[in-house]
Amino acid sequence: MTRPVRSIATGWLSAPHFAPAVLLIVAYGVVPFAGSDYLLDAVLTPFLALGLAALGLNLLTGYAGQVSLGSAAFLAVGAYAAYNFNLRLHGVSFLMSLMAAGLVTAAVGIIFGLPSLRLRGFYLAVSTLAAQFFVQWALTKFGWFSNNNPSGVIDAPQLTVAGIIFTGAVGRYLFSLTVVVIATLFAIHLLRSQVGRNFIALRDHETAAKVLGVPLLRTKLLAFGVSSFFIGIAGVLWAFAYLRTVEPAGFNLDRSFEILFMIIIGGLASIRGAFLGAAFIVVFPLLLSRLGAALLGNVFDSGVLEMSQRIVIGALIIGLLIAEPRGLIALVDRLAERVLRRSPRPLPRSPQF
Amino acid sequence: MRLSRSLRAAALAAAIGLSAALPTHADEQFFPLQSYRVGPYAAGGTGFFGGFIDYLNLINIRDGGVGGVKLTWEEGETQYEVERGVEVYERLKSHPGVAAWNPLSVGIAYAMIDRIAKDKVPLITINHGRTDSTDGRVFPYVFPLLLNPYSETSGIVNYIASREGGADKLKGKKIVVLYHGSPYGKETIPIYKLLADKYGFSLGQIEVPHPGNEQQSQWLSIRRAKPDYVVLRGWGVMNPVALKTAQKVGFPVDHIIGNVWSNSEEDVIPAGDAAKGYVAITTQASGAEYPVLQEIIKTVYGAGKGNLDDKKRIGSVYHNLGIVNGILNVEAIRIAQRKFGQRTLTGDEVRWGFEHLQLDPARVQALGAKGLFHSINVTWDNHEGDGRVTFQQWDGTKWKVVSDWIAPDWAFLRPIIEKSAAAYAAEHNTKVRTSDETPVSQ
Repeated sequence: MTRPVRSIATGWLSAPHFAPAVLLIVAYGVVPFAGSDYLLDAVLTPFLALGLAALGLNLLTGYAGQVSLGSAAFLAVGAYAAYNFNLRLHGVSFLMSLMAAGLVTAAVGIIFGLPSLRLRGFYLAVSTLAAQFFVQWALTKFGWFSNNNPSGVIDAPQLTVAGIIFTGAVGRYLFSLTVVVIATLFAIHLLRSQVGRNFIALRDHETAAKVLGVPLLRTKLLAFGVSSFFIGIAGVLWAFAYLRTVEPAGFNLDRSFEILFMIIIGGLASIRGAFLGAAFIVVFPLLLSRLGAALLGNVFDSGVLEMSQRIVIGALIIGLLIAEPRGLIALVDRLAERVLRRSPRPLPRSPQF
Repeated sequence: MRLSRSLRAAALAAAIGLSAALPTHADEQFFPLQSYRVGPYAAGGTGFFGGFIDYLNLINIRDGGVGGVKLTWEEGETQYEVERGVEVYERLKSHPGVAAWNPLSVGIAYAMIDRIAKDKVPLITINHGRTDSTDGRVFPYVFPLLLNPYSETSGIVNYIASREGGADKLKGKKIVVLYHGSPYGKETIPIYKLLADKYGFSLGQIEVPHPGNEQQSQWLSIRRAKPDYVVLRGWGVMNPVALKTAQKVGFPVDHIIGNVWSNSEEDVIPAGDAAKGYVAITTQASGAEYPVLQEIIKTVYGAGKGNLDDKKRIGSVYHNLGIVNGILNVEAIRIAQRKFGQRTLTGDEVRWGFEHLQLDPARVQALGAKGLFHSINVTWDNHEGDGRVTFQQWDGTKWKVVSDWIAPDWAFLRPIIEKSAAAYAAEHNTKVRTSDETPVSQ
């Protein structure tokens, strides 16, 4: 039981406390001043939101070994729950709505996690599709969720915490960043606790975990609950800090797959991997698209460029997964080790999937 | 050290920002285009944005721009996805001389409503968009030109009335609305109910779950209900499947009336024979016989600058919608230039132009678009502009206009729109304009 703990501790901080500290200083101290509105509003804010969603799914899939295809549904639950708390309960601060949205999503996640008690692997993945279809159907079917707005699309409330209104690109970015940092710290803490060890035990060998006295039922449902909590919060950020509008169609199966691909490409069972994967899926296509438009924008129309980018990204994904099936994070770690000339350390075993 | 670095970076960013803003060509008006040429809706996107760009090209080549001001544009691919549309908005909004945004996507338009109000640039949602944005008192920067979902509904009912020989003949008739199971599809449910009460026809509304490639049970219920007309409020693959299934259950295709997103060549050609005789609403006739299209073919495609890869699509429904959209944007700039001068206008000045976009049939004829669309009469508080609709029938190879220009019942709809807009204003603490004043920033 000691190996996973050490791997988390050392995995998170390749040079303990130094790299994350630098990252935080840059994120808080430099980016808001140096970044353009475009960088903050259209690149970093969606990256933070989906990074948090990927972190949530990684807790469930990467650490606890339960595959889920319902992430987009949980994003939607979070967004619509926060909207309704904010709309219907007067005097409730946005922060409270945010927390409440996370809790509602956790509850919904636990309900859709019930099949995990009997199903595993692909069968569980398919059963979580139910969440995907049910949530989208319910949000379209019942006008109450969108305050009977005829087109089912909701507008975002202002982000207000303790009297401070987070407007403008910088404000929304800082709000998202703070929420994500707190959530990440919480996740690290959780994974270092007994709960985190139970998750990993459950993933590595269910029967063995049971023999060791890990309460399977509680652990599985807890994994679904905690994961959905994070994804629900991410949904609030996605809807209210980034898009500032929500429509049920924006949370389709494609988005669930996108989040699953983030953690597979970034690295399963790794917090940094979730964010790296989010960067690869959210930020990298934008960079590529800018590059393509700058180099070839006059030659081809935007449709052709878009198609070529898909080919490039697809090829990169295949290449990457062949070269390093454990994801970007393993690649980064290897490079870091080579640079720092450290002795190689064992990487977390990739989960059964 | 950290502070000085960030300060230096901020200074650098400011310098870059300034230098980007300074060397503006004094005579360019820019159209940021959130186009979609990839993905499931590419047929609509290539046609619409192709038509729009073709018309802008025509103005540049033939007239040297509008009043000497050259029209420029840049495309950003959205694949019809909201978050990509937002990304393109954030990317292109700082380009100098933005005239107006034309996303042709309800989802993207919704995400932009707050943003454009803050940035003071018009948002054009021709033939679609948020119905209550028709109320320019609450939505000063949003323009659902020609047609909003409610007037579309009223136009369809008026057309059915004209086929039956008058509005009084609707009493006792039965109409079934087959709608797409999405917010878009459900948007007109209450308005059909109101119209059914008003005219006394009985009404059934049946949902087809997205994407709608299986409609056997819905059409069996329709066959049992034996309606006089079926209104098809479809989207994408749902449309050809509806037509084919109707043929299977033996419902007469000329009694199926398509709405404005079920009216293109791409909706009927896949249905083959089953679509022959199908009727659909449109704000702009299809075909290439109109003078403005002939000029585009001669001047733009003749110079090898045409935007459509497939020349057979010139004059198709979406291409002509793009051209009409081009005409409306260009004329709004022309009208605004008369007030503010022949130079690059600000977004607010272009908004003023849209709020005075009044093209009577004579002006439409002068623009070479007689018969292509009827007229428009936008005012500061009516941002739709009383667009007329017409109906077209598919003859197996092309659309043929089969009705006059029909006016929706605007007076009946206006109070409903104002009520909804007032609710929005209350929810958002928006100041309601009382005259043709420049909106105050919120």
